[in-house]
Amino acid sequence: MPQPNRVDLRSRLAASARKTLSMAASLLPILIGVVLLTGLLLELLPAKGMAEWFARSDVLDAFIGVLAGGVASGHPLTSYALGGELLDRGVSLIAVTAFLISWVAVGSVQLPAEMLMLGRRFPLYRNLLCFGLAILIAVLTPTAMYLLHLMP
Amino acid sequence: MTASSARRGGLWFLLAVLLLYGIAFLLDPASTNLALDRSAALFSRLLPMLGLVILVLFFANLLLQPSWVRENLGKHSGQRGWILAIAGGILSAGPVYPWYAMLGDLKAKGMRTALMSVFLYNRAIKLPLLPLLIQYFGLAYVLVLFAYLILASLPAGLLLERLVGGRPSARRGNRPL
Repeated sequence: MPQPNRVDLRSRLAASARKTLSMAASLLPILIGVVLLTGLLLELLPAKGMAEWFARSDVLDAFIGVLAGGVASGHPLTSYALGGELLDRGVSLIAVTAFLISWVAVGSVQLPAEMLMLGRRFPLYRNLLCFGLAILIAVLTPTAMYLLHLMP
Repeated sequence: MTASSARRGGLWFLLAVLLLYGIAFLLDPASTNLALDRSAALFSRLLPMLGLVILVLFFANLLLQPSWVRENLGKHSGQRGWILAIAGGILSAGPVYPWYAMLGDLKAKGMRTALMSVFLYNRAIKLPLLPLLIQYFGLAYVLVLFAYLILASLPAGLLLERLVGGRPSARRGNRPL
């Protein structure tokens, strides 16, 4: 019986479109707000002076790396370029790894958007966990490379 | 979080950011104008991805029934759920904000909290940028880092699920956006 199926599909398409439009309408002000905030932060926190933040102590550098990566926002490619620049300036691989991971995994700028869409507890705990894990992986990565004789 | 409260919250957030811009403009008009230019450039780069995510949301709303989500990404999805979440996180491109909406929807349909966390954590692995990361830091570094990221995402997901609870908002009757 094709008639009821076609009606059913049409109503499902309409319902799906309505729901998607509603989701997009909720998303848009959050998205604009986050983008504006990112632009402002990137302008106020110039990357050039970042190397001076690091104190050349592994644990403290890892902590600062996670903080810097968590506050910063933007395309991950920027973090690679910045990370490469920091390495060239003598910042440890641990700190740079912490910075790279937290740039993409910890999102303080995105936190309001994440909280608005996924509730409060999940984003808060997730970001705290990612903060700790970034430090842990930052320490483990160069250590594993050293133990496996992969360090350049 | 209901659609209307999310929309209201989003509008308040946007208003707060605009207020911040107003203050910044009073203090440093030149930098604020540069920040606006930077934001416009960011937004234009974001638009194609936003279109793609809206398309994905449309088809997810149309095709993904709660029963499928519960079976493949729910509490009893097993290995398949973990693999889907890891692969989804690695393959999901573009800025994270639009993906929150999709995860919110999947959560309402029964997606496990741990798998949401795994999806978001594995977004740290950017396959299209792999050659550049290798160029900056070397292949060995990238392989070790990616292995750690994938492995760490699993206990992190489980721990987060324990901390947050299986489906924290379902008990309060929250609905998707």
